[in-house]
Amino acid sequence: MKSVLPVLTVIGAIVLFWLAAVVPMNMHLVADQAQRDGLVVMPETPVERQEYGGIGLSLRNLHLVPLTYDFVRPRLPSPQQVASEMYDTIFDKKITSKRSLVYHGWVTLAPTLLGFVIGTSLGIMLAVGIVYSRVMDRSVMPWAIVSQTIPILALAPMVIVVLGSMGIQGLFPKSLIAAYLSFFPVVVGMVKGLRAPDAMQLDLLRTYHASGAQGFWALRLPASTPYLFASLKIGISASLVGTIVAELPTGARAGFGARMLVGDQYGQPLVSWAALFAAALTAAALVGLFSMIERITLKRMGMSAA
Amino acid sequence: MRSEKSVISAKNLDLTFQTNDGPVHALSDVNLEIEAGDFVSFIGPSGCGKTTFLRVMADLEQPTGGIVTVNGVSPEAARKARAYGYVFQAAGLYPWRTIGGNVRLPLEIMGISKAEQADRVKRVLELVDLAGFERKFPWQLSGGMQQRASIARALSFDADILLMDEPFGALDEIVRDHLNEQLLSLWARTQKTIAFVTHSIPEAVYLSTKIVVMSPRPGRITDVIESPLPRERPLEIRETPEFLEIAHRVREGLRAGHLDE
Repeated sequence: MKSVLPVLTVIGAIVLFWLAAVVPMNMHLVADQAQRDGLVVMPETPVERQEYGGIGLSLRNLHLVPLTYDFVRPRLPSPQQVASEMYDTIFDKKITSKRSLVYHGWVTLAPTLLGFVIGTSLGIMLAVGIVYSRVMDRSVMPWAIVSQTIPILALAPMVIVVLGSMGIQGLFPKSLIAAYLSFFPVVVGMVKGLRAPDAMQLDLLRTYHASGAQGFWALRLPASTPYLFASLKIGISASLVGTIVAELPTGARAGFGARMLVGDQYGQPLVSWAALFAAALTAAALVGLFSMIERITLKRMGMSAA
Repeated sequence: MRSEKSVISAKNLDLTFQTNDGPVHALSDVNLEIEAGDFVSFIGPSGCGKTTFLRVMADLEQPTGGIVTVNGVSPEAARKARAYGYVFQAAGLYPWRTIGGNVRLPLEIMGISKAEQADRVKRVLELVDLAGFERKFPWQLSGGMQQRASIARALSFDADILLMDEPFGALDEIVRDHLNEQLLSLWARTQKTIAFVTHSIPEAVYLSTKIVVMSPRPGRITDVIESPLPRERPLEIRETPEFLEIAHRVREGLRAGHLDE
């Protein structure tokens, strides 16, 4: 609870900056519209107005400032516009409606979760292999690192298109991209976690003549738990980003990614911004959920959260 | 109960580590017999191979020459037969297990029944004076209590041999005195054979029936002192002339080892 004040302060600062930016960002568009509506605008022609920057023009037309916060197709929407668009599309639309953000949210969330489960399972299996097999340590780890240097924006359309041509569409291709992004933090974290026990703890098990499997379940796996949670929190947000990226370039009609693209292409910035914020809130909620599970688990295990 | 049969025996033991800086001669021509019920201390400066020797007995290091037997068989066979309990310098309790859970760990690994596990955990925790702390987590205990829990863990599966590698080295003097006293009474009650590595002269003299003085480069035994002190030893015994005489001899042995360099 101690973090509430600092967090609110930062959010406050961002909102203030945003509110300040709305005026100059939208002033040219607002001035054009105001002139058409018969209001007095300085200077009088659009060509002359182009000579001014957003701030300069705003200073000469202070009476138009309120209009910049409520413009229909703003370059930068105001916070209250985004909030009301989100409220409208989350609470006032039926969940089944194509305009409901909840509907689009689920379309993105489902492959995110599936991809996260695939990525995490794969990541844990690879980490176990890397820790227990020298060959895998030398062969898999470099490729895992290389895999993350390929721009996902270039790879995602190829995967979607190739799978699409094979008749695989919808949930699975998106999950694959999500898994591709989320397995890596899990591999890195779990390799570190499974190797966390020191030589003394391993020697101790040796004196008990414990088998490799007993060592894994009794020592390595529990010792890796804090590392696993750190990885899961990175993995789930990477998974969401992967799904959205997979939705962007392929003409998907639903999902946060599709909404962002649609808003951009059809000049509806509010749609893009609402989707953007909804995606951010979803990611925050998922990470928050895992933080909570982490705290409860580690507390029950007698280890305080790292 | 006691027989004079040799429990641990080393003949012409040699061990050389291959390191990046060249070979290190950790143990050279070490010969020693430890009999059942003995309390043997290994003392010497760091690098004298006392811990390495203990680790050889535990099959945690492989000698490069000579023969070591534990209970008449190779250290590996003895380890697989769970012939000894090992106590490390640090308690090394699993933070995610309670004290009871930590003591239960070897029993779980050895496949002992649940009922028997509960029984033994209770018994050994009483033995180290930690009854009632079974459900506590390690971080809730002091360093000395944690080390006692780690001794309970080594005792839980009732091996006849206890190998202890500077178990009280990180503890302060007062706690250490108290634990030494408890260890002696525990040894008297359980009749175990104990090999104990230390760098403290008073600790070695107070605890042992036999003191093995070692010196470094190469690690070797320079003196073996049979203690004339009685098995029953109050802390005050440390001020008696007999005690001081043995301590003096140990100190001389250590000094002689140093002069060789």
